Amino acid sequence: MNLNPMEQFAVKPILGLDKPLFEIAGHPIYFTNQALLMVIVAVVSSLFLTLAVKPNRLVPTRGQSMAEMSYEFVAGMIHSATGEDGLKFFPFVFTLFIFVLCSNFFGMVPGSFTVTSQIAVTFALASLVILMVIVVGFMKHGIGFLKLFVPHAPWYLLILLIPIEVISFLTRPISLSVRLFANMLAGHTMLAVFGGFVVALGSAGGLLSALSIAPMLLIVAIMLLELLVAFLQAYVFAILTCIYLNEALHLHDYH
Amino acid sequence: MEPAAAKMIGAGLACIALVGAGIGIGNVFGSYLSGALRNPGAAATQTTNLLLGFALCEATGLFGLVIALLILFAF
Repeated sequence: MNLNPMEQFAVKPILGLDKPLFEIAGHPIYFTNQALLMVIVAVVSSLFLTLAVKPNRLVPTRGQSMAEMSYEFVAGMIHSATGEDGLKFFPFVFTLFIFVLCSNFFGMVPGSFTVTSQIAVTFALASLVILMVIVVGFMKHGIGFLKLFVPHAPWYLLILLIPIEVISFLTRPISLSVRLFANMLAGHTMLAVFGGFVVALGSAGGLLSALSIAPMLLIVAIMLLELLVAFLQAYVFAILTCIYLNEALHLHDYH
Repeated sequence: MEPAAAKMIGAGLACIALVGAGIGIGNVFGSYLSGALRNPGAAATQTTNLLLGFALCEATGLFGLVIALLILFAF
């Protein structure tokens, strides 16, 4: 039996659809399990958020309350991290938060695929955030946006500080994407490794088969930890987006 | 030394980076706890910074884990 923990991250065309959909510059585009999960995440989250608030009651139903609480959670986060004029970025940050949160949660379902465990997906999201920060900064401050890299320091320290500031700004998309990717990858790999332990102990026969309950309990505990990490990583992604937008909007005068 | 053996050793060495992650995360939560026990009323206002500090600290350790996985599976 092949107990390779990394097999769960293979992106392959879903069963029955061996022919590519179309070709871009000679590369065939298949409908993969990753694409299927992304479609499921987008459709389910949009349907939930629109249909749950349909009753529109003053005393909300449970679904309406869940949708409204997630709205208020993200709005409060943007208000505290970016200030009043950050609220026009609410659709962007809310979409990011809901997409990352729902992809993390849908990956927890046994047998499904975690979209955010692919560096391609997380790097695309992180580059989108950094491009948004740069574009917003240049649109609001013009060329004065480059004052972001000049902290308040005497001139002889600035020679050292400005390259450090530029490099730390340029590594932000990398750290943002790798944080989410590595957390999801590590969690799912750990679950697969412990699952392999359960199978190996269970098929050994005798006393060892009874001992296989121990890794099983550990898997339950790690599943709970992974649910917490799924929510936490989505929250950290969103709040770092808000902090970077705050730096682009108000260069050095934090309130 | 065969490349496969060198890969295993390299991946194991790269995981030592997670020691820093452990120390840092313990530091963050320990400081939050000692501050919260001195001033319980102000503890709730710092939960955002707590979670942010935890995630940033964990990320640095996980960069080492990514190097280990790169060595094992991409080279």
